[in-house]
Parts: sequence; C-alpha cells; structure tokens
Amino acid sequence: MPAPQDNPPVRRQRLSRVVNIGLPYLWLGVFFLLPLLIVLQISVAEPRLGQPPYTPLWEWLESGVLQIQVNLQNFMLVWEDSIYLIAFLNSLWVALVCTLLCLLIGYPMAYAIATAPQRWRIPLLMLVILPFWTSFLIRVYAWIGILKTNGLLNHLLLALGVIDTPLNILHTQTAVYVGVVYSYLPFMILPLYANLSRLDPTLLEAAADLGCRPLRAFVRVTLPLSLAGIVAGSMLVFIPVVGEFVIPDLLGGPETLMVGKLLWTEFFGNKDWPLAAALAIVLLGLLVVPFVLMQRLERRMEETS
Amino acid sequence: MRRRRWPLLSLLAFGYAFLYVPILLLIVYSFNESRLVTVWSGFSIKWYRELLHNQQLLEAAWLSVRIAAVNATLAVVLGTLAANALVRHGRFRGRNAFELLLTAPLVMPDVIIGLSMLLLFVAMQHGLGWPDGRGFTTIAIAHITFSTAYVAVVVRTRLAQMDASLEEAAMDLGARPLTVYLRITLPLIAPALLSGWLLAFTLSLDDLVIASFVSGPGSTTLPMVVYSSVRMGVSPQINALATLIVAVVTLAVIIAGVTSLHGPRAARRRR
Repeated sequence: MPAPQDNPPVRRQRLSRVVNIGLPYLWLGVFFLLPLLIVLQISVAEPRLGQPPYTPLWEWLESGVLQIQVNLQNFMLVWEDSIYLIAFLNSLWVALVCTLLCLLIGYPMAYAIATAPQRWRIPLLMLVILPFWTSFLIRVYAWIGILKTNGLLNHLLLALGVIDTPLNILHTQTAVYVGVVYSYLPFMILPLYANLSRLDPTLLEAAADLGCRPLRAFVRVTLPLSLAGIVAGSMLVFIPVVGEFVIPDLLGGPETLMVGKLLWTEFFGNKDWPLAAALAIVLLGLLVVPFVLMQRLERRMEETS
Repeated sequence: MRRRRWPLLSLLAFGYAFLYVPILLLIVYSFNESRLVTVWSGFSIKWYRELLHNQQLLEAAWLSVRIAAVNATLAVVLGTLAANALVRHGRFRGRNAFELLLTAPLVMPDVIIGLSMLLLFVAMQHGLGWPDGRGFTTIAIAHITFSTAYVAVVVRTRLAQMDASLEEAAMDLGARPLTVYLRITLPLIAPALLSGWLLAFTLSLDDLVIASFVSGPGSTTLPMVVYSSVRMGVSPQINALATLIVAVVTLAVIIAGVTSLHGPRAARRRR
C-alpha cells in the first residue's frame, strides 16, 4: 500500500499503526513480558510467612536508604540438590525421546497425507486435528483406563496369550512417553504437512528420470527439503513438553521426576513461591536456545517464500 | 508405483487408530453399567444422569464457557490487530520483538505462564489495589494473552493469502482505508476470524494449569473439577462428559465442513 504524501491519509496511516501495532504490543508487554520479569525478581527473594509470601526486592528504610536484597539461595539449592538436577535432565530426556517418537510416527503420516489425492488431503488433515479440539485432559485420562494394571491393554494381551502376568505400565515413564506422543502428535504432523505439500513434485520426477531409486530420491531430495518442517514440528513438541505438568502427574509415577511437576509441587504443595520462580527461570533459560533456533528458522522461511 | 504405497497407507491407518482408539473406548465405556472400566455389565445411561445432577461440575462448566467466550472475543480482536500489524505494516521498528512476543506464548510451558501471571496479579494487587482478588477476570486475562498468539497465526495466514485487488478497487473508487477494512477486508477474512474464535474458545475451555494458578476461591473451572476427580481414579462420569464433548466437537466440525463446502457455492448460485 503506497502511502500518499498529503496529510490526512498519513495521519490515518499513523493511527492505524498505533492501533494495530500498539494495542497488541501493550497487552503482551504488560501481561506476558512484565510477568516474566516479576518471576525473575521473585526468584531472588526469600520466602516468608504473610501476604505476599516473599520478601520485597527493594525497600525504603526509615533512614531514607534504599535497601536492595538479592538472594541467590534458591538458585544454589536448584544447583546443589540433586532432585532438581535430575528433574531437569529427565525432562529434557523425556522431551527428546517423545520428539523423536513423534517424528517417527508423524513424518510417514504427514508424507502419506501430502501425497494423497487432492480431494482426500483436507479430510485426512481434519482427522488429525479433530482430537486436538476435544479436551486434552480427558484424552490423557483415557490412557489411565487403558494402561492400568487391570486395564484394557493388559486384558487384551492376557486374552491373546501374549503375556502371563499383567504389565505395570501406568505410573511409569513409559506411560508418560505414550501420553506425550499421543497428545503432541498433531503438533508434529501439521508443520510437516505444510512443508511436504509445498514440495515441488517435478524434483522427484527429475531424480527418477536420472535413474535415482525412490528410496534414494527420498533421502537425497525430499528429506533435506523438508528439514524446515522437521525442525518446526520438533520445536513445537520439544519446548512445551520440557515443562509439561498434566501428563507426568496423571500417567507418571514417583520416579518420573519432571520440572513442571516439581514447580507445581513447590508452589501449591510447599507454598515456596521464590523457589518455584527460580525453577521457572532455569527452565526458561534452558528453553531459550531451541526457541531462538525456531524463530530464526521461521524468519528464514518467511524470507524465502 | 501403486504397489509401493501400501506400507505408507498402513502406517497412516496405524496412526489414525492410535489417535482414535482411546477416544472410542471412552465413548463405549461411558455407556457401561459397571463402574469398572474393564468389565462390561450392560448398557446404561446412568452416568449421564449422574453427570447432569452433578451441581459442582455444571457450575464449573458454566463458568468455563463464559470465560472461554469472553476470552475468544477479545483474543480475536487483539489477534487480528496483531496480524494486521505483521502483514500490513512491513518492517516497523520493534518488529522482531513484536514477533517474538507473539510466538513465545505458543510454545511457553503452561507452568511458566501460570506462575508468571499469578505473580503479576499479586504484585498489581499489592501496588495498585487491582485486581481485587482472583477469579473470572484474572483467568480471562491470562487466557486472552496466550489465545491472542494463536488467533494471530490463523488470521495472519489468511490475510497474507488474500487477494488484494478488491481492496485496491475499493480504494481507487475513493473509499477511506477504514471503510475498506470494515467492508472489504473483514468479510473476506471472516472464516479465519471464526476459526480463530473457535480455537481460542477451545484453548480456554481446555486449560487446567494456567487457570489453577490464577483462579481464586469460588472460581473453579471445568478442567479443575475434571482434574480433581480424575486424580481419584477412573470415573465413569468423566467418560460421559468426554462423550458429550466429542459429540459437540464432531457436530461443529461437520456443520463447519458443510457450510464451507456449500456456503460459497450456494452464494454463487443465488447471484
């Protein structure tokens, strides 16, 4: 839209800028960015009894002196107490395993949908999205009935004679893997589909004409070209799963330590707000790297398209 | 070539089975007479009857629906403004930070959003005296914040794909930018606004973690009630609730599919 140089349209353009850019900026600044800064502030506070249950960062003393209290004990605790370190490592591990599993299941599905006849693509894609619209909590809950010791899976396997004694799956890390892959699979399939459906089929034809076998053509042509979709889908799974609470809480057991659950317990159980804030800050720090990677990739894709 | 497709298609079928079998099992066992998941003791709708008499759950559901509606409406406004900014205003100053703020809520773990929002509300109450206590308003604000990011993605895609010639024609005929926007652009992106609204509505209705942080006494949302009863173990009432949700969602998708297929065609025929 070229802006004419006479005055009223320029003013209108400015007003449109203020509204379109300013309002969302203001909202996200106040309700998204500012809260994260407050978390940082409270992570260096000390817990105390009372309202609010933490010490202030700065205080005007009666003598007119500004007193600033920074307490790094929470971070020391997170570093020194092995339970937190284990929880962070395990969260990263669970997220990594689940991302790979989602990729393993999601890539063939996205590929099959993207190469299906045109009129089938949208219905097939809708079938992937549909479960996402039903309650997340209830979909996780469905797995309790399937995985528990006297649950449906064990009954089926016992009836088929595959096993003699029921398997203990619920309240183990395996159940967490199943629940996460189940819940996050659509987030992997959608970006992969978006990427694969835009691939130029003539490239594969050219490869075939030059005598390239289909599998080799897939590895040498399709796979490298869909790298952007792979990274985007992986980040959409990996980043939220590191901080996941509901799935480890409902399906995991005492040995499946994850940060999201620990943070929840510190906050709601032990009422230690500063420690919960410190855990959030460390978690945020861990997630910055994959997030920046995702952002840069998105910008590059935007520039090329 | 056709012979080679069957491994791929069987993988696809396996994937869909993985996605749908748990939901189908929930539906089947919601009609089970017995309280146990594994024993089928006859067809019954008693869990539905119990569900409809569960006062606590119904009140929570009503609160959740109201929050979701307010959230979806305001998120569509903010998300559409943000999409306008990204598509129409090119490289404005602070654009990178703007995009960062719009992308981060999409992947940010719920526990961080929930905790940070609560700490903000506590600090604001301490410093400004507002909000006075927590409940409807604080949950709605928290939900609008992350829903806006989702709406912006949906609307932005549509806005970028839109055919600009209609707007240009209207402008050539002397319409003011605001008139063009309201009379040409908005109707053209209306489907995206609707799907953005529905997405924001669902996200809000579905949220347990963030709402748990920022809710107060007396404002228990539906997921919070479901969560506390699920923690007690398998409850057939939750199966009945799941079946109702699946029914509503399926119906909505079918209606949306039918109208989007027949809507434009019917409109063309009328013309």
